[in-house]
Amino acid sequence: MHELSIAMGIVDAALEEAQRRGGLQVSAVHLRLGALSGVVKAALVFSYEMACQDTALEGSRLIVEDVPVVVFCPQCHERRALDSIQSFACPECGAPTRDILQGKELEVFALEVQE
Amino acid sequence: MSEPRLVEVRRNVLKQNDIMARALREQFRAKGVYVVSLVSSPGSGKTTFLEKTLTELQPRYRVAALVGDLATENDAVRLARSKAPVKQITTGTLCHLEAAMVENAMQGWNLPELDFLFIENVGNLVCPSSYDLGENLRLVLMSVTEGEDKPLKYPTIFNSADVAVVTKNDLASAAEFDWNAAQANIQAVRPGMQIFRVSAKTGEGMEECLNFFGQRLAEQRAVART
Repeated sequence: MHELSIAMGIVDAALEEAQRRGGLQVSAVHLRLGALSGVVKAALVFSYEMACQDTALEGSRLIVEDVPVVVFCPQCHERRALDSIQSFACPECGAPTRDILQGKELEVFALEVQE
Repeated sequence: MSEPRLVEVRRNVLKQNDIMARALREQFRAKGVYVVSLVSSPGSGKTTFLEKTLTELQPRYRVAALVGDLATENDAVRLARSKAPVKQITTGTLCHLEAAMVENAMQGWNLPELDFLFIENVGNLVCPSSYDLGENLRLVLMSVTEGEDKPLKYPTIFNSADVAVVTKNDLASAAEFDWNAAQANIQAVRPGMQIFRVSAKTGEGMEECLNFFGQRLAEQRAVART
């Protein structure tokens, strides 16, 4: 269970970015979370509230966008989204692949601010 | 109140760890040390495998180890029997190692005097997957007593690793371990992954695995020279 330390990392990152932009009032933090990030969404959302306590983000929401794993299929020469992270094979032709194009994201990609 | 506005920031949450891990990897490369990390569930035999590895490699190579645990120095004491320099990292309540802990623990060590550094992570198949430690090779260990479907239950950590080591092979028949199923499951979550099958207790399969480490070290040094 490392979601609390990840949540604290999200809060630190968001606070720093808000500060750099002249002290924005953040009402929500948008996060992109890859299926291979190793982070459990429910535990993260739960931890976020705790991590925000006594900071300028207290009362803000964490909005998580799930990012599926996308691989490059060496046989189809196409990008393919995987149905499951238990099978790294092209969902169309079945060719195994370890060429991961996305799915490891753990990224604060936007802040929702009140003007 | 006015409408909220979205400000794009695009900031990797683990940026600090990733920056430090990259710096460590560069330092290891520059000083000619090959760094191998070990991840697995608790009790799968990391420490026994590592003790054997440190002992067997020492006539030919200069080796050292860092070992992470929530509490106790028991593993460091066990590994020190190999006579290799060993440091325990006690993480307190933290369930994984981070690059900064590796950097701290290495202080006082003269890296150019080493060929191999092994880093044993906290026994945990979930959290360590997110943290790059600057290692050159990540081993994921699973013992024959844990069941063949471990890779399917923890695909993320298997996917983050470079090599799989199936341990406690001396217990395989007692545990009715299905080797073909285990191989298929590992290949499903990480196609092309190299797999070693060992018993650190009897020594079976260890030589093949240690030769592989030796080859990787030689390759890294060959690249560094060009």
